[in-house]
This record gives sequence, C-alpha cells and structure tokens, in this order.
Amino acid sequence: MASYELIDHEFDVVVVGAGGAGLRATLGMAEQGFNTACVTKVFPTRSHTVAAQGGIAASLKNMGPDSWQWHMYDTVKGSDWLGDNDAMEYLAREAPAAVYELEHYGVPFSRTEDGRIYQRPFGGHMTEFGDGPPVQRTCAAADRTGHAILHTLYGQSLRHNAQFFIEYFAIDLIMGDDGACQGIIAWKLDDGTLHRFRAKLVVLATGGYGRAYFSATSAHTCTGDGNGMVARAGLPLQDMEFVQFHPTGIYGAGCLITEGARGEGGYLVNSEGERFMERYAPNAKDLASRDVVSRCMTLEIREGRGVGPKKDHIFLHLDHLDPKVLHERLPGISESAKIFAGVDLTREPIPVLPTVHYNMGGIPANYHGEVIDPARGGPDATVPGLMAVGEAACASVHGANRLGSNSLTDLVVFGRAAALRAGKVLDRKARIPSVNRLADERILARFDRLRHANGSVPTAELRETMQRSMQEDAAVFRTAESLKSGVERMSALYPGLKDLKVHDRSLIWNSDLVETLELENLMASAITTVVSAEARKESRGAHAHEDFPDRDDVNWRKHTLAWVDDDGRVRLDYRPVHVDPLTPEAEGGIPLKKIAPKARVY
Amino acid sequence: MVELRLPKNSQIRTGKTWPKPAGATRLREFKIYRYDPDTGDNPRTDTYFVDLDDCGPMVLDGLLWIKNKVDPTLTLRRSCREGICGSCSMNIDGLNTLACTKGMSEISGTIAIYPLPHMPVIKDLVPDLSTFYAQHRSVEPWLKTTDAAPDKEWLQSRADREKLDGLYECILCACCSTSCPSYWWNGEKYLGPAVLLQAYRWLIDSRDQTTSERLDNLEDPFKLYRCHTIMNCSKACPKGLNPAKAIAEIKKMMIERKAA
Repeated sequence: MASYELIDHEFDVVVVGAGGAGLRATLGMAEQGFNTACVTKVFPTRSHTVAAQGGIAASLKNMGPDSWQWHMYDTVKGSDWLGDNDAMEYLAREAPAAVYELEHYGVPFSRTEDGRIYQRPFGGHMTEFGDGPPVQRTCAAADRTGHAILHTLYGQSLRHNAQFFIEYFAIDLIMGDDGACQGIIAWKLDDGTLHRFRAKLVVLATGGYGRAYFSATSAHTCTGDGNGMVARAGLPLQDMEFVQFHPTGIYGAGCLITEGARGEGGYLVNSEGERFMERYAPNAKDLASRDVVSRCMTLEIREGRGVGPKKDHIFLHLDHLDPKVLHERLPGISESAKIFAGVDLTREPIPVLPTVHYNMGGIPANYHGEVIDPARGGPDATVPGLMAVGEAACASVHGANRLGSNSLTDLVVFGRAAALRAGKVLDRKARIPSVNRLADERILARFDRLRHANGSVPTAELRETMQRSMQEDAAVFRTAESLKSGVERMSALYPGLKDLKVHDRSLIWNSDLVETLELENLMASAITTVVSAEARKESRGAHAHEDFPDRDDVNWRKHTLAWVDDDGRVRLDYRPVHVDPLTPEAEGGIPLKKIAPKARVY
Repeated sequence: MVELRLPKNSQIRTGKTWPKPAGATRLREFKIYRYDPDTGDNPRTDTYFVDLDDCGPMVLDGLLWIKNKVDPTLTLRRSCREGICGSCSMNIDGLNTLACTKGMSEISGTIAIYPLPHMPVIKDLVPDLSTFYAQHRSVEPWLKTTDAAPDKEWLQSRADREKLDGLYECILCACCSTSCPSYWWNGEKYLGPAVLLQAYRWLIDSRDQTTSERLDNLEDPFKLYRCHTIMNCSKACPKGLNPAKAIAEIKKMMIERKAA
C-alpha cells in the first residue's frame, strides 16, 4: 500500500454533512462553546435540503386551530405506529419554536394578510386527532422552503466560530477498541490530502440513500455515506425496509413536484378523468399520506387506468387554479414542469409517477441524537462519541412512513437537540482521543484498495445494476417473490465491489473514486433494505407486502436492526418501539388511548 | 502591462477524440475542456460522441453519460440535477448556465463545454470558487436586528415579503459573476453581481435593521461601483433573476441616503 500522510485536526465535535441537520447541529455545537468542525463533501448550499419544496410542519395556528398534540397524532398515524412516541412528541412539541427560530435567522417565509408565516395544507396533516378536515400546518416559503432554509442556515453558520471543511469526503469513522467513536478520516478533494479529525463527538448528518434506486427525486450526492460508515464500524442500521415513494415525481425525469401542489388544490386523475383518490381516501382525498397515495396510483396504473401512450403514469392537474396563486405559491414547480416535462401547468396536467424520495430508516438513534447499539447492553444502549441526525438517522420520528413537511422539522429540531444533549453530556475537560493507528491503517487500506481498484466492473456499471435491481424488487408493492429475488440479486452483486475498476488514479478531485466510495455506501444501504424487507411479513407504511397485506402489531410492531459484513452477509435482529410519550397525559401530554394502534384510514 | 494573450501554459490544445459508441445511430458531439492538475500539462479539449437514444435530454445527462460509459476521469460538480443546488454551472455553447437545465436540443451543432470563465481551474470543469464564497460572506448574509426578537415571528407584510422575490431564489451558481467583464477584470475587489444581489436581498428585507451599516460596507470605489451595466449577469442567470437591477437599486439607495 502507498503510504499516506495524515494531516491532524483536533476538535470537540465534528459534524459530517452540511444540509439542514448538519448546519443546525454545527450552529448549536458552536453556541454551546464547543470547538466544532463541519466536514462536508459539497459546499453547504449544494446539500439536498436545498431541494425541499413544500414546507416545514409546525402547529403555529396562523391559519386556524391546531395543537402539537394533533401534530403528534398525525405523525404517529403517518408512521403507521412504528415511530417512537417519545421522539415523535419531541418533534411536534419543539416544532413551533424551531420555526420561529428559523424566521428569526431570516428565512423568507411567505406571509398571511396579517404578516404572519403562511401555512398550507399537506398530506396526512389533519385536525381533531385525524377526525376533522385537513389543517394548514406546513410553513412555506413559496415552493422553495428547503432552499430558503438551507441558505439561511448557511448564512447563520458564517456568524459562528465553527470551522468548515468544504469538499472533504469523509471516508470512515475511527472506532476505538472500546467501541467509542474517536473521529473520522476525510479526503480533501482539491489538493488530494488526507485528514484525521480526532474528536470527542462525531455527528453524522449525511442524509439519505435515494440513489440506491434507479429513479429517485434525490440528488446524485444522496448516497447514504453515514449509513455505510456505520455499517463498516460493525453497527446496525434500523428500519431500512421503509423507503418512501413520493407520489409526484415528474414522469421520466424523476424531479420532485411538491405535495404542496395538492395542498394548494391540485388533484390526481387517471385515464378516465376520474379523481380516483376520492374513492380510496374519502376524507383526506389527494392529501392522504404519501404511502397511501403512491399505492393508489400504482393500483390505478396496474388496473389499466394509467395515462399516456403506455398507460404507465398519472396526471396531476393544477390548471384549474388561479394563475396568480400558481405564480405566488408554486413558482418553482411551474419552472420544473416546464423544463422537465415541457408542460405549462396553467394549461396542462403534469405527468407524474411515484418516485423514491426519502429513507425512513437509517442509523438508529434516540431523540437526543445519540446512536444506539443494542450490543452495548440493551435495546437503548448508546455508542459513546457518536450521534446521527436528519435523514441519515432513524430516531424514529417517521416510523414506517414520513408525513410530508415533517422532514424539515426533523432536521432543525434534532440538529438542535443533538447540540443541547452534547452541552449536557460532553465532558469539556476530557482529552481529545489519542491517535489510533490500527483503525487508521484499516481505513487507509480500504481507501488505497479502491483507489487502485483494477478489476473488471466499472463503478457506474455496478451502480446501475444495483439501482435497477432495487427499483424492480423493492418498489411500492413488494411480494415474497420479488423480495426473494431482490435478496438474491443484491447478494450476487455484492462481490462485485471487490472487482471494481477505477479509471482515475489521481488524488485531486478524483470523482471516479468518490463515486466508488459512495457506491460502497449505497450497496450497504441497499442490501440491508432488501434483506430487512424480505424478513418483514406484514404490510406497514411504505412496506406494502402483497402476500401479507395487513399490519400485524402483535408480531411486527418492532424496529428492524440490520448488520452487514464486508461480504454482504446481513444479520437481522429487532428492538421494541418506544410506546411511552415524554409527557404524561395528566401534565398535558397526548392521551395514550389517542395514540393506541388502530386501523389507518384517511 | 496588460496581457492580451493567455499565458503559454493556459493555451488550450486539441486533445483526444474518443471513439463513437458502437451501434448508435443518433449521435451528438461534445467538445469538453480538460485540465489535469497532476501533470500540469496545458489544458485540452477532448471530443466525445453521445448516443442520444441511451441518454436523457439535458446537457448534464450527456456529460454523465460520457462519464459513466466512456471516460470516468471526466470531472465535474453535480448534485440535484433539477436546477436548485447550483453545482453544475459551466460555460456551455458560449454561455454560463446550469448543465442540468440546459437541453441539448437548445444547442445547434457540437456542444462545447468549458469551466466558468476567469476562475482558477482545479480540474476539468471544476473551478475554484473560494474567492466568490469569501465575497458572499463579506456582505454578512444573515438577518441583523437591534430590537429584541419577538416570542413568535417578526411580522412582515405581504408587500414587504414580495420585495424579496427575484432575490432570495439565487442559488450561488456564479454564472452571473463569471460572465461579467468587470468581474473578470477586478474580481478581487469588485463583489460581482451574485454577491451584490445577495447584499440587496438583505438591504431590502423589512425585518433587517442594519441598512445603513450594510450600505457603509458597500461604499467603496470597487465593491459596488465597478458595475457598468453591461447586463451579462441578467442574461446569464439560469434562474431568471436580474442582478443588474438589484445593483442599480443599491446605487439608488446610496444616492437617496446622501440626498436625505
């Protein structure tokens, strides 16, 4: 192996990732007085939070009655009773303060007539514990809310003392013999140097792994890097089988059309011109939760009522809306529809298809952001020195299906929570972990092996085969047969990682090698997804198993844990769902009977 | 002494012509700027042929098709592929724009691609934007208030919020700044259109209470006044924004406060 010089950095806290969760965590850590680094593979405003459109959920009550308890109920129901009630309460309760904080930071929210933050309806957000009509809870900056929030958080981060390491690719976690995380090793793209960040705490905010699929709304950079690092550290991933398909990706291009389009009055029609969602979800209609709408669309297509020459997609109509409303509230998707579908949405419907969008699963964490490893003593035991927040994490606030506009809330609420927790538990006087040569050598050996990989399969080829396999075998609907095929195909592909061909041998901006490192992260995410899905013999949220069409709370209301080894062998175990909320009913908490599992009807 | 020619080691040579994909019937020719920092050799343009029947419609699709199927060493930034992250800005067919929202069909003939002009090149289509980012930071792009923050949101009328439209949507892709001759000439000292658009976004935000301080920060022969209304910025912006107008508005604010 070539010898690599490591440039050393010592910090109290290293945050990996600079999307919404990473930036909020970085800000918070700096505010707590910690010497903080943020290491990110892309310039912060390029992170995928920038593409979030519709808004951020919080019960501000600007448009009518609402409460955090209603928000929590909707989140619990949205999760199909797989989310952890303590985490979901924390999300709903802290959401209003988090949104006001963002507004104070400068986010250009759209406004109501009286100058307050504008809120729109969104899928699955209802009044009266699900019994009333849809609520307007989703705080919006037109249909560019993620962009507005990410740029604002980036601006705020410039005020603080946190140090940014931009276009550094995090390769792996440095793990101590005692199982504690001691830092990371990262590769600086613009000059090819390698950097060792030793820290008392590493926070993974690396986002999702949408690019494990062939068609995803996710950016090219959504490659589950944190998941891969955690898996290689011998730690489990949780609930990986729950992959959200967004009902309205643009047919062909896969670009997102916000659920806010339906929030503002848009509706879906089939080839018969029928607003079919009224049939499936008489109360919420087009604003049922995403898993439900995606399944209904898939059924319509399957039963021959798809639109287009191949009858393989659905139309989303916005042409009945006032062009002024479209211009003011949905300007971004007006532009996307024009560019990517050639459609003027004031006149024509947009061709759409359910498209991979979000990973409910990820790195198991508690609602403080601390990473869980049951091997350390019980289902809630935590890993010293390691946190995970945002889409990378599974706290679990989204359970089996995330509600639209809860993800931006998740980012800022749990980014902040991680910093508050660190402020309490991190020993300010403790020494930064010392150099761990054995761990460094393992990390560098892997890096060197991939850098010089000279096998027979180009990275792009293996990636595409994986993406097509996942798309076919672990889709909106799954069957025992498709999942068996998925496990077999992914297992057969896994050895391909040892036969990769990397063409670029440089250390400076070697994007061929970056994509290869990313592919390893994607493959770990993908194989744990299919294996976890194959094992779950029920249907819950985004996991719709046609051979087991019902939810089975007796046997399956539990989180899946999946470990994967270097050869792609996956081991599964389970841990219980947290059923107790944080606040007892007597102290104003949600009544337990309200959140007891029941049939999920919209 | 003004140097009118590119320095010798920056002159672009003709590079490799890569083979046409076998069996393809609808081909599109790409000429792409390449620079390899490891050898330090002069930059070159390589020629590639893309199979349009196996490729999406955008220039970015073409570039990634080349990277995936022909030459994995081709280096560029990309992320969202839908025009919101600002990563894939480059010079395409003579204009700065985003590769992901530029259709190949909008271009006639060979598709020529260079990095954003007048920036140091790290590798191929990846320029060094650190000066640009530092300039952005220098305008303090965050809300500054002197009053104590309210318990809830700062109130802002719809009319005041509307003033931010056409400004906050900037994606920091740098297409405008790197198309501005004035920025080419004085890029170290002139802030350039993208950064001035952002400066104006905070100047005009009704919630911000440091307008005067922000204007002081721009009162300088170079930072603001090197804009000579050439308007390349507004022509280039892939998001349809108008940085030139924002700059004019700042100049107006400067005059108005002197007159006041």
